[in-house]
Amino acid sequence: MSMTMTQKIIAAHCGKDSVNAGEIVLAQVDMVLGNDITAPVAISEFEKAGCREVFHKEKVALVLDHFVPNKDIKAAEQSKKVRDFASKHGVVNFFDVGETGVEHALLPEKGLVTAGDLIIGADSHTCTYGALGAFSTGVGSTDMAAAMASGKVWLRVPEAIKVELKGQFQPHVSGKDLILHLIGMIGVDGALYQSLEFVGEGVQNLTMDDRLCVCNMAIEAGGKNGVFPVDGKTLEFLTAHGAKAPRVFEADKDAVYARTIQIDLGELTPTVSFPHLPENTRTFDEIPADMAIDQVVIGSCTNGRYSDFVIAADIMKDRKVDSRVRCLIIPATQQIYLDCMHNGLFDIFIKAGCAVSTPTCGPCLGGHMGILAKGERCVSTTNRNFVGRMGHPESEVYLASPAVAAASAILGRIAQPSDL
Amino acid sequence: MILNGKALRYGDHVDTDVIIPARYLNTSDAKELAAHCMEDIDKDFLKRMRPGDVIAAGNNFGCGSSREHAPLAIKTSGISCVVAKSFARIFYRNAINIGLPIVVSPLEIADGDQVEVDLDNGVLKNVTKGTQDSFPPFSPFLQELIAGGGLMNALKEGKL
Ligand code: SF4
Repeated sequence: MSMTMTQKIIAAHCGKDSVNAGEIVLAQVDMVLGNDITAPVAISEFEKAGCREVFHKEKVALVLDHFVPNKDIKAAEQSKKVRDFASKHGVVNFFDVGETGVEHALLPEKGLVTAGDLIIGADSHTCTYGALGAFSTGVGSTDMAAAMASGKVWLRVPEAIKVELKGQFQPHVSGKDLILHLIGMIGVDGALYQSLEFVGEGVQNLTMDDRLCVCNMAIEAGGKNGVFPVDGKTLEFLTAHGAKAPRVFEADKDAVYARTIQIDLGELTPTVSFPHLPENTRTFDEIPADMAIDQVVIGSCTNGRYSDFVIAADIMKDRKVDSRVRCLIIPATQQIYLDCMHNGLFDIFIKAGCAVSTPTCGPCLGGHMGILAKGERCVSTTNRNFVGRMGHPESEVYLASPAVAAASAILGRIAQPSDL
Repeated sequence: MILNGKALRYGDHVDTDVIIPARYLNTSDAKELAAHCMEDIDKDFLKRMRPGDVIAAGNNFGCGSSREHAPLAIKTSGISCVVAKSFARIFYRNAINIGLPIVVSPLEIADGDQVEVDLDNGVLKNVTKGTQDSFPPFSPFLQELIAGGGLMNALKEGKL
């Protein structure tokens, strides 16, 4: 039986030679992840079911990132519940304030996920690790609870969409523009229950941060996972971050795909998703020149990595954020924070008039640290622009790359770097 | 099991942020969550619904965040079943794992229509319009999961 890359990883984790799309299997997991919102629900389920220990102390990751540093008493209670659980069960990979970061930036950075792994997380953007050649997907808290106890998860084997990439990005175009373009093309349910498998000669031109950003938003097309083949860049990344030895899987040459999509990276231009769905994409020829904004957020598991801040800093250097705009800079992890600090990026941001925050999900989900008032408009490097996502149900979020976000902050309107 | 109730109808891509906004995720108490169920898409939801009622929707119901708080809020509010043209995959598995009945069907249902769902025989009726549709049963694995009271019971029985 020929298989896609995703199907091969799943087969290897349920002790089968091959699996078929649509089949339901019970798979062994290499890592189970939860955060301060989803883990408390999972912990309650775990305890209610009388489970006494976690299946593997190193294969559970608990990351406090959404509402931390605790935004209110209830959030503090939730963090405490996770902290107590981690300590009681000897969970090695528990990340608390001071060393925590946004989970999907943190796990690859700490070398906790590697190529060929099967990873589930009670967070929809768990699909990020497909960038490393792993199968990873978001599940719910009950799944997390069951997997923490048993090390297993039930999965429906997905079929795949093959996305063939060729060419190279133009300046100021990045992985974010690619994934927004793709979602605009196929819609927010265009890959429902399916894998997005990225292939083609264009892959080598994507940085690991591009790939992480692209896989991060596979869920925004309804996808179960996104995945990139393992190449020299992947292996270099895994080694640099001290990840376990990779297991490399490749799709069979005759693997069957639900459909094939071709994208020439060289044809992409800066892309923005308008409210209130990521599929509402527009390029700058379709964007009015006078769309004033109130806030810019640069951060999150999508675009809160060091290279994202380098791009933003290049644009903001020796410029000022428009006086009507609040610009928030949120490095996704402590390491990224240090790198930004040591390399002078914070000087650039702060002199430009930005506020710099400790790592947190914060405004990305409308949690804290940058909530929008009624009628306010935000350009954000995050991944969702649903109604009320960043605050008031009548506020608006426009999704874009760090380059577009930085240019917009300077000009006080939705703008691209070439407008400067 | 046969469920019977009035339909509350919503469109495509109802996301988990409108089902239960993040500003309420600082708790996992099911009753507190239910008190804000559907608040950002239908602020009169709780006033309009009666226990046993059904949510009917278009494509991709429950898209977005993996928060299990969403099906939990719906189930705890008293909704007996969600019928949609399609579901986002994490919502789908969360609903199964916590025992909230869901049905995939293209049957046209308007707000206020009386709906009857026969889960065992896979029949969905729009009593008001006199139309019906059959829906395929879940795969044997999922049927067993649902019949056994959800994922954690399967775990307790050593089935994982
Ligand atoms: S940064 Fe946003 S999308 Fe990413 S994990 Fe946090 S809340 Fe979710």
